[in-house]
Amino acid sequence: MQESKELILDELPTSLRGRVLQKMWHLRLGVIGGLIILGLVLTALFCPILSPRDPYQQDITKRLKPPSWMEGGRPENLLGTDHLGRDLLSRIMYGTRVSLTIGISAVLLQVLIGVGLGLLAGYYSGKIDSVISFLVNCMMGFPFILLAMSLVAVLGPSLQNIIIALGLTGWPVFTRVTRIETLRLRDREFVLAATSLAFSTVRILTRHILPNLMPSILVLGTVEVARAIIQESLLSFLGLGIQPPTPSWGVMLAEGRNYMLLQWWLAASPGVAIFFSALGINLLGDALRDLVDPHLRKS
Amino acid sequence: MSQHGELLKVENLKKYFPIRKGLLGKAVDYVHAVDGVSFDIMPGETLGLVGESGCGKSTVGRCLVRLYKPTAGRIEFEGNDIATLSGPELTTLRTRVQMIFQDPYSSLNPRLRVRDIIGEAMRVHHLVDSGGWEERVLELLDAVGLQADHMARYPHEFSGGQRQRIGVARALAMRPRLIVADEPVSALDVSIQAQVINLLESLKEKFDLSYLVIAHDLSVVEHVSDRIAVMYLGRLVELASDRQLYLNPKHPYTEALMTAVPVAAPGGRQRRKERRLLKGDVPNPIHPPSGCRFHTRCAKVTEVCSAEEPLSIEVEPGHLVSCFRYS
Repeated sequence: MQESKELILDELPTSLRGRVLQKMWHLRLGVIGGLIILGLVLTALFCPILSPRDPYQQDITKRLKPPSWMEGGRPENLLGTDHLGRDLLSRIMYGTRVSLTIGISAVLLQVLIGVGLGLLAGYYSGKIDSVISFLVNCMMGFPFILLAMSLVAVLGPSLQNIIIALGLTGWPVFTRVTRIETLRLRDREFVLAATSLAFSTVRILTRHILPNLMPSILVLGTVEVARAIIQESLLSFLGLGIQPPTPSWGVMLAEGRNYMLLQWWLAASPGVAIFFSALGINLLGDALRDLVDPHLRKS
Repeated sequence: MSQHGELLKVENLKKYFPIRKGLLGKAVDYVHAVDGVSFDIMPGETLGLVGESGCGKSTVGRCLVRLYKPTAGRIEFEGNDIATLSGPELTTLRTRVQMIFQDPYSSLNPRLRVRDIIGEAMRVHHLVDSGGWEERVLELLDAVGLQADHMARYPHEFSGGQRQRIGVARALAMRPRLIVADEPVSALDVSIQAQVINLLESLKEKFDLSYLVIAHDLSVVEHVSDRIAVMYLGRLVELASDRQLYLNPKHPYTEALMTAVPVAAPGGRQRRKERRLLKGDVPNPIHPPSGCRFHTRCAKVTEVCSAEEPLSIEVEPGHLVSCFRYS
């Protein structure tokens, strides 16, 4: 007993200092992440003004040109051209619109379904909880690709249906987190107080429990946006997502696949775009998690 | 009102919590948290309910405000049985019976401002004319000793004692007749405890309240209560006026509780009685001991104690004891 006590006392300041340092480091990275995301959002909003060329304008005579800094590159096509002679940079910029729209909308749908079910499961427990938890476990065990593919196959590939497919497959994580947190809060005295003040269940859930869950949902939400963007490109790559000629990073990746060995920039540019947007969102999510960590907030 | 004008009359209250196991969640056993408790509270009276932790005193309190639904028994409030109420009738009851919670750090929603913590119930239940609720919040803040500029603040900006005052104001917003105070000061610093206790006393007259004060600390209960009920393992063992109970405790368990209270007079008056420490822990309420539940720890145990259950006997007017020594 004595020894373990000393051990804890010795460790505490160091680990706390470590956490504070880690927090500052994460916050700095979070600012970088925030800047990346700001750039993405501005690009998505203003790409008709910002993009150097029309992303749909084909020119067979100038197809498969390398980026401008490479031999044979043209200064007016900064990142080169694709197999139909379209400007790659412009297409990447327009692709931001697709990715952000899908990423954010799909996650909003996931939150709507997942958080709703999680609140019900956590608050009522019993049979409702058993049913919802079973559903969550089934969804988590089911291969995402198969489910999303079947949904898109039934609904038909379009922007809207991809959002629906990603939304209907991604919600279980939100249910898990919400359920556990709701269970934890349900027996807290302020929720008991709300019950004894005769508030309706809807009011207790939305006004007393949900606001206390927002930090966790926010953090999870950012990470899930990154995942949805990657999943969209996966579906588009497989031909089940956005249909050509609409510029989506996944579509561009698929088109670039055939030219991988000689014209590698066709696949590399959308790849880099996916990488940086996912990285930026994850960095921001990490920093948010640190900001809402109650242990650090107290110190 | 019932025959004798009681505000609250509890008869043979029982609350068992099922222990569920297995895939289907079948109840394999029960925790006998409250097992046949009877008492009453008169208008304007403060009843103290004391006992060790785990004896079921909080469960009694939560049954009274219907956070728990009793397993059996009657709870008569203003003449109506409230043990089985639901729907709008339960809502009406809740405007009449309110609760003050133990932990002021967990009993206030950290995401709401004081204005909303206190005022929400008034708006939801239309207890004041629309628009008048902020004024009423100000009145309540004043009544519990807080200032008007506290309205716009969040709970984490307050100390424990101030938070407990906010909790009291929240309960008062419903204009209750009865307030169940579940360990209202046990989470507070000793220096703050007296302030909150005095606040409860002063509010009693101002708002025409009755209290059930639940505590494990006899000195707290002694100060505020008109009568005191002593609880052990789901049962009441003794119920008497505070004077009777302190001068003349009858039940061996009460005696042990009394002598366990430290006397704050070093070198002064001698200790009233020799300290009689209880041996062992409270038995498991899943399988409580047979007969008198206290017989496993009682210093004056006899053979009959483990065989039969003692009945509650009025040894002198208003002094009830459940012990074979008095039958």
